[in-house]
Amino acid sequence: MEHVILRHRNIPDLHRLEVYQAHGGYEGWHKAVTEMKPDALIDLVKASGLRGRGGAGFPAGLKWSFIPKDIFPKYVVVNADESEPGTFKDREIIERNPHQLIEGVALACYAVQAGTGYIYLRGEFKQPARILQKALDEARAAGLIGQNLFGTNYSLDIQLHLGAGAYICGEETALLESLEGKLGQPRNRPPFPALVGLYSKPTVINNVETLANVPPIALNGADWYKKLGTEKSPGTKVFCLSGRVNRPGNYELPLGTPFRVLIEDLGGGIIGGKALKGILPAGASALILPASAIDVPMDYESVAAAGSMLGSASIIVLDETVDILWATEKMVRFFRHESCGKCTPCREGTHWLVREMERIRRGEGKPQDIDLLLDITKNMSGKCFCLLGDFATSSIVSTIKHFRGEYEAATRTNGQ
Amino acid sequence: MLSAAARAEIEAHLKKYPTKRSAIIPALYIAQRAHGYLTPEAIRDVAQVLELEPTEVRSVAGFYSLFYKEPVGKHVIHFCNDLPCALRGADEFLKKLCARLGVEPHGTTGDGMFTVEPAMCLAACDRAPLMQVDLDYFENLTEEKLDEILDGFRTGTIQTDAASVIKSELA
Ligand SMILES: Cc1cc2nc3c(=O)[nH]c(=O)nc-3n(C[C@H](O)[C@H](O)[C@H](O)COP(=O)(O)O)c2cc1C
Ligand code: SF4
Repeated sequence: MEHVILRHRNIPDLHRLEVYQAHGGYEGWHKAVTEMKPDALIDLVKASGLRGRGGAGFPAGLKWSFIPKDIFPKYVVVNADESEPGTFKDREIIERNPHQLIEGVALACYAVQAGTGYIYLRGEFKQPARILQKALDEARAAGLIGQNLFGTNYSLDIQLHLGAGAYICGEETALLESLEGKLGQPRNRPPFPALVGLYSKPTVINNVETLANVPPIALNGADWYKKLGTEKSPGTKVFCLSGRVNRPGNYELPLGTPFRVLIEDLGGGIIGGKALKGILPAGASALILPASAIDVPMDYESVAAAGSMLGSASIIVLDETVDILWATEKMVRFFRHESCGKCTPCREGTHWLVREMERIRRGEGKPQDIDLLLDITKNMSGKCFCLLGDFATSSIVSTIKHFRGEYEAATRTNGQ
Repeated sequence: MLSAAARAEIEAHLKKYPTKRSAIIPALYIAQRAHGYLTPEAIRDVAQVLELEPTEVRSVAGFYSLFYKEPVGKHVIHFCNDLPCALRGADEFLKKLCARLGVEPHGTTGDGMFTVEPAMCLAACDRAPLMQVDLDYFENLTEEKLDEILDGFRTGTIQTDAASVIKSELA
């Protein structure tokens, strides 16, 4: 497999500027600034069909085209908050191929004519941030970032910003609040960040992996890119494989590759040759898929059609030995911990979910508690201020759907 | 009181943003270094440099889990026992870690060396069991490795900011 993003796996020392440049690095950047109109770059990314890799799969070029031309300054903000359980791809890009990210940020900035880019990293990324800072300093020293680039009148500054431990800051408007020095709590939408974003100015927010796709597109063109992946989900994706598999890790594959290839061929199958029980395709936020989904292609449309979402493609594998109620309690605990407290259904609902799950797992649950759990989720779904509240219900709703027998077994002894 | 060096460091961060307030997280990290946690005085100092009310700074500090409002050990261990790690034995390993240190989760050792915090996902699920000590990664832990690391901190042979643990072991 040819890597587009994890190129460091084929090229040693790619994190060093001279190595990156020896392999086509910053060529697309130079060409864009010296030869291309910003709109042409937006059109190129639009034509490539690149979709956001942070979760929602929104077309990147289209997002950039929403930025008004006549308001200044504008900003590009990179989402490197990577905190979804099971996600560890942005970290590998930052640590091993940092210049490709920086070049991608630079291209995004030029496309929308932003003069400043901020890369918001989760606070726990102290070490990755250090590597990225070094790469940034190298790029600055080499005149790739800074004033009057390549003799033009375009100037660009890129800054790193570390968060301080809060999953919700991965939600793009909470991230903006956090970057402005406030509590990391989501904003009302509309207005959308494209119009009223960072410091109330037009702002593009993209995931690390999304932007790391842009330099190869700038260098090789949209037609080349569209040859990879599927028609509606072009390109490759870094799939984070974790859980009960023999070879967990990041695997870059064309979008549309079936789960089976990832789990069985690349991941070496399930530990101890056990049977697959379920797949979480997007960490703790996704609805669980049953083992029968093993042949579903991993692209945005197919995973949605199968009843879940591809999200950031953090694939957590559960085998037959896993107690589904135990796993579900872990996930609802995560959301209880990470609820930002701004709205009541999420703040209270996540507490209720954890309390009910604990009771059932202690053997104190009654059969009707299964419906009580579902009732709580109904009072959260669609009623929360941001998507975290909905995500918090996913594990409950989907494990009751597919593994109701386990809930019944755990509550049967206390029948009315 | 913030040292002159700490103040200068915060000033350097101010240059990165159009508003002073944006430097609040970097400033709080710097202020936290002196005592390992945010004393009321540290909050006041940060407020003064950023021209904010101390209550505003306190509420921001309270929102983020990496700012400590109470004294903590000299080294803070964040041990991940979230779902992906727990599927690879992290809960059992955390018990061993706590037993070795003679603490409960969230506790601090009697000598004040270590605080152990169970952590949510740390973006290293393929290298479980793992922990961060003072936010430096220690991954693919075994019991032997764990002993070496804890000893290293006790004897001072490991210093987190110098410890480079990013391995080139990826395929
Ligand atoms: C609760 C929550 C957490 C999120 N966490 C992240 C994250 O850690 N990283 C990320 O890139 N996007 C995250 N997102 C998605 C962002 O809001 C946003 O859609 C994304 O950064 C846009 O970039 P993209 O279009 O390049 O994918 C999260 C969304 C929600 C609702
Ligand atoms: S849904 Fe949860 S995380 Fe989102 S705003 Fe409400 S309380 Fe905060």
